Amino acid sequence: MTDTTATTVDPRPDHTGAGHRGDTLLELEDVHVFYGNIEALKGISLNVARGEIVTLIGSNGAGKSTTLRAISGTHRPRSGSIRLAGSAIHNLPPHEIVSKGIAHSPEGRKVFSRMSVFENLQMGAFSRHGERIDDDVARVFDLFPRLRERRSQKAGTMSGGEQQMLAMGRALMARPSILLLDEPSMGLSPILTEQIFKIIEEINAQGTTVLLVEQNALMALNAAHRGYVIQTGRIILADTAANLAANEQVRQAYLGEI
Amino acid sequence: MPARRPIRIDAIKLILWTVGGGLILLALIGAVLTLGQGRISPSSWQNLVVAGIALGSVYALIALGYTLVYGILFMINFAHGEVFMWGAFSSWFMAAGLNEVGFMDSNPVFAFVLVLATAMLISMLVAVLLERIAYRPLRNAPRLVPLITAIGASLFLQYTARGFFGSGVRAFPGYNLFEGVIDLGFFRIDIDDMVVILAAIGLMLALYFFINQTRTGRAMRAVSEDKDVAAMMGINVDRIIVTTFAIGGLLAGSAAILYTLIFNQVHFFMGFLPGIKAFTAAVLGGIGNIIGAAIGGLILGILEQVGPNLFLTGYNIPSPNQLQDVIAFSVLVLVLIFRPSGLLGRKENV
Ligand SMILES: Nc1ncnc2c1ncn2[C@@H]1O[C@H](COP(=O)(O)OP(=O)(O)OP(=O)(O)O)[C@@H](O)[C@H]1O
Ligand SMILES: [Mg+2]
Repeated sequence: MTDTTATTVDPRPDHTGAGHRGDTLLELEDVHVFYGNIEALKGISLNVARGEIVTLIGSNGAGKSTTLRAISGTHRPRSGSIRLAGSAIHNLPPHEIVSKGIAHSPEGRKVFSRMSVFENLQMGAFSRHGERIDDDVARVFDLFPRLRERRSQKAGTMSGGEQQMLAMGRALMARPSILLLDEPSMGLSPILTEQIFKIIEEINAQGTTVLLVEQNALMALNAAHRGYVIQTGRIILADTAANLAANEQVRQAYLGEI
Repeated sequence: MPARRPIRIDAIKLILWTVGGGLILLALIGAVLTLGQGRISPSSWQNLVVAGIALGSVYALIALGYTLVYGILFMINFAHGEVFMWGAFSSWFMAAGLNEVGFMDSNPVFAFVLVLATAMLISMLVAVLLERIAYRPLRNAPRLVPLITAIGASLFLQYTARGFFGSGVRAFPGYNLFEGVIDLGFFRIDIDDMVVILAAIGLMLALYFFINQTRTGRAMRAVSEDKDVAAMMGINVDRIIVTTFAIGGLLAGSAAILYTLIFNQVHFFMGFLPGIKAFTAAVLGGIGNIIGAAIGGLILGILEQVGPNLFLTGYNIPSPNQLQDVIAFSVLVLVLIFRPSGLLGRKENV
């Protein structure tokens, strides 16, 4: 059942915003990650093509966040390779990986709570070494109008939903070629979740590739072009989002159908 | 109905609160007695306060080094007093050399700048080396390990200074630049005290601006909130940590020069007491809090100068000023008993 070399098929003809979808942007090959002696990732291989939304779904503790941490360099893999646009990045420290074009919006938002909304956005652009950021700030405020109103508010005093918007906006400030999103819908109301997913599609339509980790498999598969299912550190399924959403096994395990 | 909890008296807490309360009561009675006697003139009180502010500014500058490092690494850099001492010692050589060739007299302003720059540079260098050699390899070790290392590093720095320069006290060649008094009739201040206070205020404002308004300052705040996320933003966390030690060192070096302006001497053990007192100041203000360190330093400096006279003269203790250090450590004990997070500290820092 394991098919990690699934070719890129766009199941959604209406999803045409991104330009030249096709060439591989991010590629993981046989990645093993350990926490002490515990092997959290037991040989993960996956790839994301330019312009895609790819989702990684799986139950608690499957290794989704660990996969994103390995990609952004915050937890270094013990073996295997990670390549961005063909060049290996798995030996680079995290602060260099950002400047290569990978931005990570971590699980649990992790905004800088003692800083203002605007300062958080400034931090997001840190890797760009003091370029002008006005346009990017304006773009983030257009995507999340709520943040514009809260510009000078301390991030720690905002609601969970607002913090999620800020975390995503902050990641966008790096002008990444690929955005790693770890459970952006966590703890949000259904309405807000829907909004967030719309914005993810909008970000993608504007040309940013997205690797999306979600517990909310239904929403994720709706938004994504392709998906991978991860279980206890291994990829067990890889297919188009539409096929995964129709898959019996997936429906039982992750879409709450019996 | 909620179950009634039995009233539990924590014996240790009770003893501590009694001791603390007793100390405060003694101080209050002493103050009342002293003021009743009226042996100390208002202008003497004023001089004591000014001297206290000058000394407190020096403590504040050193305390900033403790608090900056704590804010980022959650460790107490107990070798920071030695960073201060090395700055003072190295600048002594610069000052003595300049004095020898007569430069101190012919070009006093430039000479002072050179001496100050030497102290700041050497202190910065010692602080940075300390981080690289002693602390960085232990970044992920249990918290007690770097603490013990800090004490070891402190002894190492003290005794290398002693080995190189001997254990004698060396008089700091004076700059006649800062001699004299400004007398406005109702208020008088020694020029060197004034220089100390103004320089300290200038440095603290510069630091405040740096932390809040510059890119590197923002990065320091980000690292102090969350190192992993800071790295995800593109911040080189190691470099920010070194920068933090460097800034602490620069401030300690300038504090060293201001300290020698007040006391005019250097020796290998001179970092110990100011170091511990500045640590007290940082704890008093709330360790990790920059404004707290400044306020803590000033309060401690004033208490140390005014306190012995105010609290002890009334008891007819022969020379109360000998007990300055007792005041400083009583403050530390009282803070730890009644408000361990300090005046401006956040609860989660404790
Ligand atoms: N810092 C850590 N130290 C030790 N083990 C860890 C650490 N972080 C994660 N793990 C372990 O690694 C495995 C994968 O964790 P990970 O956080 O990647 O899961 P996840 O798929 O993101 O789960 P969730 O949906 O709950 O966020 C789990 O078994 C977890 O217990
Ligand atoms: Mg997770």
